Amino acid sequence: MTENLMLALQILGLGWGGIFLVMFIIYLVSLGLARIFPPEQAGE
Amino acid sequence: MEILLEGVLALIAEPGRIAMIAIGCVLMYLGIKKEYEPTLLVPMGLGTILVNIPFTGVLETGGQPGPFQVLFDMGIETELFPLLLFIGIGAMIDFGPLLSNPFLLLFGAAAQFGIFFVIIVASLLGFDINDAASAGIIAAADGPTSIFVANSLGSKYMGAIMVAAYSYMALVPIIQPIAVKAVTTKKERAIHMSYNPRAVSKTAKILFPVTICIIAGLVAPASLPLVGFLMFGNLLRECGVLDNLSNSAQNELVNLISILLGLCVSVKMEYHDFLQIDTLIIMGLGLLGFVMDSVGGVMFAKLLNLFRKEKINPMVGAAGISAFPMSSRVIQKLATEEDPQNFILMQAAGANVAGQIASVVAGGLVLGLLL
Repeated sequence: MTENLMLALQILGLGWGGIFLVMFIIYLVSLGLARIFPPEQAGE
Repeated sequence: MEILLEGVLALIAEPGRIAMIAIGCVLMYLGIKKEYEPTLLVPMGLGTILVNIPFTGVLETGGQPGPFQVLFDMGIETELFPLLLFIGIGAMIDFGPLLSNPFLLLFGAAAQFGIFFVIIVASLLGFDINDAASAGIIAAADGPTSIFVANSLGSKYMGAIMVAAYSYMALVPIIQPIAVKAVTTKKERAIHMSYNPRAVSKTAKILFPVTICIIAGLVAPASLPLVGFLMFGNLLRECGVLDNLSNSAQNELVNLISILLGLCVSVKMEYHDFLQIDTLIIMGLGLLGFVMDSVGGVMFAKLLNLFRKEKINPMVGAAGISAFPMSSRVIQKLATEEDPQNFILMQAAGANVAGQIASVVAGGLVLGLLL
């Protein structure tokens, strides 16, 4: 059980942290997309 | 005469079958009368009845796999059905509210807390780590992701996980208000938020799903089957030249897969697999996960409020689960209860859409860490 618990805690750290990392990168990409392709420039 | 009574006698000899037939009826009742996820609960309910009637041949006929088993092997074992369902879901999602306010993406991440909380609790209860992770992923509030992950990890609790994932999703209007009210004050729930969305170009909307695929593929490669199919569906919607395909994905594809998925998942609803104490524990853990998702989202918003001048209504954090659009509507309703003039639906919808991305990323990351 201790081994499983350690693995579960590792999944918490890497998994939840990983989601934050991916979502933060997506956040930055979304900002980038909005800046590179603004509605006016695309004529929309 | 004996041949005619063979089925009845076998049914009486195994009362577990009768209990499962009753459970099948309850699932159909919830689907039809209460309209809780009827597209899945109705086929699953009837499927549960069929697989628990003795000698029917739906699972095995003449030593060969029966029709349900064939469907299960082709659609679930290969993970094809949940993935195909994602194309339709992707085609239904408008990432506009999220792209116009991308900050909300972080709430999608925060509200996945329940997954990891349940994995820890399940490990403490003595579950094998793969089963613990499969129970945790119920809290992704995303049926196809739950099936995909539980199947990839070879969980023996597939039936319970499916029932829990879909029934709790339907119970979000009951579960979330209790969880949110437990961790927020009346004053916090009444916080107003200004909404100043940026306009989003069509080019950005088209490039968004493509970019997400690349990022997910590079950072969390195990999530790419889920993310890729979801984003493919969204690309069909946004590209502007495949409206027919987008409509088919949203309607025909989703409907067909839902029918097959609901029926063939009932393969895992045989009485000897389902009627165990562990099944009840798994369902309890799933409920705990849904509650902790909301708590995680709310607490993250409260944490951000410590550093922000313009406060966030912490309930928006709870909308970061995948149950779209139900969760954002629940949060708006709660806001209106405290102050009829409080309108936070758009922020909640953005967080809710973020939850859909975050849940598939979560599924992929959990798989990546365990496989």
